[in-house]
Amino acid sequence: MAYTWRRLSRDPLALVGMATIAAVTAAALGAPIIAPFDPTEQFFDGLTLEGAPLPPDEQFLLGTDLLGRDLFSRLLYGARTSLVIGVVANGAAVAVGTLLGVVAGYVQGWVGAAIMRFTDLMMAFPALLLAIALAAIFTPSLWIVAMVIALVNWVQIARVIYTETTGLAAREYIEAARALGAAWPRILFIHILPHLIPTILVWATLGIATTVLLEATLSFLGIGVQPPTPSWGGIIFESQSYFLTAPWLVFFPGIAIMVMALAFNLVGDALRDALDPTQRGR
Amino acid sequence: MLRYLARRLAASALILIGVSVITFALTFLIPADPVRMIAGRSASPQAVENIRHQLGLDKPIPVQYANYVIKLAQGDLGRSYVQKTEVSRLIESRLPATLLLMAGAIFFEILIGLPAGILAATQRGRLLDRGVMIFSFAGVSTPQFVVGLLLLYVFANLLGWFPLSGFGTLGHLVLPALTLGIAGGGWYSRMMRSSMVEVLRHDYIRTARAKGLSGPKVVLVHGLRNAILPVVAMIGLDIGIFMSGAVVVESVFGWPGIGQLAWLAIQRIDIPIIMGVTLVAAVAIVIGNLIADLTAPLIDPRIRLR
Amino acid sequence: MKSNALRGAVSALVLAFALSHGGPALAQEGGFGGQMVVTYKDDISTFDPAIGYDWQNWSMIKSLFDGLMDYKPGTTELIPDLAESYTISEDGLVYTFKLRPGVKFHNGRDLTATDIKYSIERSVNPETQSPGQGFFWQIKGFDEMASGGAQELSGITTPDDGTVVIELSQPDATFLQIVAINFAFAVPREEIEKYGLDFGRNPVGTGAYKMTEWALGQRVVFERNADYFRDDAPHLDKIIFEVGQDPSVALLRLKRGEVDVLGDGIPPANFLQEKNDPANKGLIVEGELLHTGYITLNTTEAPFDNKLVRQAVNMAIDKEKVLRIVNGRGVVANQPLPPAMPAYDTAFEGYPYDPAKAKELLAEAGYGDGFETELYAMNTDPNPRIAQSFQQDLAAIGIKAEIKALAQATVIDAGGQGAAPMLWSGGMAWIADYPDPSNFYGPILGCGGAVPGGWNWAKYCNEEIDALAAKADGMAGDDQADARIQMWSEIYNKIMDDAPWVPVFNEVRFAMHTARIGGKDIFFADPIHIPVHYEYVYAKDAE
Repeated sequence: MAYTWRRLSRDPLALVGMATIAAVTAAALGAPIIAPFDPTEQFFDGLTLEGAPLPPDEQFLLGTDLLGRDLFSRLLYGARTSLVIGVVANGAAVAVGTLLGVVAGYVQGWVGAAIMRFTDLMMAFPALLLAIALAAIFTPSLWIVAMVIALVNWVQIARVIYTETTGLAAREYIEAARALGAAWPRILFIHILPHLIPTILVWATLGIATTVLLEATLSFLGIGVQPPTPSWGGIIFESQSYFLTAPWLVFFPGIAIMVMALAFNLVGDALRDALDPTQRGR
Repeated sequence: MLRYLARRLAASALILIGVSVITFALTFLIPADPVRMIAGRSASPQAVENIRHQLGLDKPIPVQYANYVIKLAQGDLGRSYVQKTEVSRLIESRLPATLLLMAGAIFFEILIGLPAGILAATQRGRLLDRGVMIFSFAGVSTPQFVVGLLLLYVFANLLGWFPLSGFGTLGHLVLPALTLGIAGGGWYSRMMRSSMVEVLRHDYIRTARAKGLSGPKVVLVHGLRNAILPVVAMIGLDIGIFMSGAVVVESVFGWPGIGQLAWLAIQRIDIPIIMGVTLVAAVAIVIGNLIADLTAPLIDPRIRLR
Repeated sequence: MKSNALRGAVSALVLAFALSHGGPALAQEGGFGGQMVVTYKDDISTFDPAIGYDWQNWSMIKSLFDGLMDYKPGTTELIPDLAESYTISEDGLVYTFKLRPGVKFHNGRDLTATDIKYSIERSVNPETQSPGQGFFWQIKGFDEMASGGAQELSGITTPDDGTVVIELSQPDATFLQIVAINFAFAVPREEIEKYGLDFGRNPVGTGAYKMTEWALGQRVVFERNADYFRDDAPHLDKIIFEVGQDPSVALLRLKRGEVDVLGDGIPPANFLQEKNDPANKGLIVEGELLHTGYITLNTTEAPFDNKLVRQAVNMAIDKEKVLRIVNGRGVVANQPLPPAMPAYDTAFEGYPYDPAKAKELLAEAGYGDGFETELYAMNTDPNPRIAQSFQQDLAAIGIKAEIKALAQATVIDAGGQGAAPMLWSGGMAWIADYPDPSNFYGPILGCGGAVPGGWNWAKYCNEEIDALAAKADGMAGDDQADARIQMWSEIYNKIMDDAPWVPVFNEVRFAMHTARIGGKDIFFADPIHIPVHYEYVYAKDAE
């Protein structure tokens, strides 16, 4: 554990990633204090007389959106949406994926085969179309969007965990433990699961990046969280018609999304290298 | 080999059936009435029920599914509820555009990813390596619609080098294909880098042992050959990812492909189109996965097709 | 704001001026020949007059097909079209149309009375699944045919090739409007039988243009019908519709002269810029649409079953703010009817924007502490934005409205099922099928539309008003026309008293065209033919 941390902290990219995550989290948590305005308040002065949004100025740090709301405040609160969905959706995806992967990998047999065929089936669906269809069935809310994303993302984790569990379960000392009469919960929790933790951690971290991107895309298509909850993708969705004349409304949220996903990708990738025993002395 | 293929084809057929069942079920779960959309706003309840009966939508769902499959076996994908046009014609008219987009994307992925990966591998550990890696990550981390809008703004709007949207010339293809290709380019560059690193390490040791200095060119060519295989395998998987990306990119650039068709169909609950497009996409993904799996043993001879 | 009222007044004046100075029935201005390029974002869905019912194909179908009656170009005045003349019996039940001789279908065959009968029956036939079936309810024999029993409409007879006699089950003042609607347009039976369900892709009619090419997703081409029965139309030889064009791109192409008319109008972001650009003087035409955007309030469930609450909501909404969000492309509405519709009451004041008074009314109704509710809206821009504007207004008087921005089909379903306490109609707003006040009543405010699945999302059913509406529509005589319009004005005033809706704004259309295309302004703002009257605009560079 400590060894992993040491390796991680020596990687400058990982450090940048972790610092960014910390900053975004701080911004999200501190939004009520940092944000100069209420993110849902539509200011009469926030638009020109003819209804066009304002570019960045002294009053509105990053300009206003098409309803006259302060973009900076909305970006800060939008971080909350991204983080919450990122953690919740991804957590659910990892939990479900791990559960199914472990069961399939340990039990094998027709149960395992059935589960794996099911994952094959789910992988044949274009992810976004599936998400769009699911979003059409449920009225989108923060939790529904998280659930939809989880339903789409669990598959990859399941497959990876399955492969690892299969490999682990085949090892001789597991055979020995079984021969000695150890009960399966003991084997699972004491012998197998601890070895899976590195993989789970890596996928959990990388998964947040994919989740953030998927949430942004759903919001961009208009089927993300309900207004007026600020969502970075949702801000871009609402501002699209003004894109060529008010590009800041697209770029600021766009950069925010990228930075967040990038941070998690960097950390996850560095974590993968740090936890991989074959990558010593790179 | 033949046995493997046969088994895979059988499995694929089962998967496609599963996809069709799930999609069918999902369309019925959407809380909206497709018949109401067809009948229009001025229709009487009686007219609505008439249409429902005409389209066979008053039958139990399993029966409707069976009817759909029977028609499917005859090559009939049905007709759009809203337009009455044959779904096969609609898909036929739009699929080439999406395929073209995918081809363009693959082109850009390789164009960006390969040189970047090689460069990073040869400069391993130094600033250029880190720089390339950061850009690769950034490419993967930026949502496609942001990339698309950014490219639109800079290259089409500010610089005017490319048209803003539409379809017709190669110029129209560049920006959308580039948008789809950037994320993939990021992946490729990283994969290329790791493969090259492996290859370089082996060859470095070997050439060191051989004592003669075979120039970097020989090493590079040899390394490239081995390193490209994983990239080829990735292309197979890419097809699946492209199907998703197409929806967003086609929307941003007004590209008349099947992504747009699917999006509109879901909005209007045009079930035949939804089924048709999903099945076509699933077929593409299944084929893509098959290609990827077939090339796997070529990369790692230890992998055997079971 | 004052500028909007002024704009509204100016456009009304323009309209009035155009109408009064229309000159002879069909315009003579402009040469013949040349072509025009029109752009659209979406591909056309169908050209089948019995099926086509979206704003994009509506007037294109009018150029490919004809009906017994039509409208004077640029106006809402009915004139005979395929019919040369008509007579109505004393009791208002029998309409006799004498067909114009020498009208040919695009395939060369002459039009006969049987074609008219066949075409209307086709729209009523349940197998066609026509969204316009319901418009013909007053023709004798409708019930029998619509339910699938009879194979023909007993009320339509053709004593000879040139005469069509239609018998109604009761007098109906709107019948001539119905006969002018797309669903009654003449189609040739042999082509329908030849193409079956693909007739919409291979339209054959009697119209001024025939369709000569349709590249799916790319382009549709119309060419002049050399055998068209009118001498003064169409002016253009060819119209090319380019589809799949993003509106912003189309605008750029228009300025470069590659494209002549923007089918989807000026994109919102560029709108202000283009409108204020002096180079565009004369090229942007403002026209009123027979459209009203409104919020429906579910009158069958608390708290909106309380009239005071509904009136409070009417006073809480800041409509000028909404106009700002749509860049001034509309005028504030205070009643269900749009200003261009006969029976629009210019003297009606409606509910003023008065949040303080609104709060009082709420308190009076027993909701002094406000309440929570849901506001449904379509999830395509700008509707979620407009919904958020309403949300803020409602919050100001203590109503906490949760927004549900969903796909169009889902919202329509929720409204139809009566599950939506408040529903913003944006994207699904009512645009008149024909320019008669009754069209704004039946499906959306009448008891008939208040059934599950019906378009009357407020589930508003006032028996007394229903009876008045029926009476008004029975006043079919020419001498009763004024009294009838008067009655309709009163009906809508009564409705506003009950306040099942919050009328928010009426859309104003801004059409833009190149200098190369000429035509009276009103042809670019035709209330019936949207976006332009394809038959009467002309190319200035034609020989």
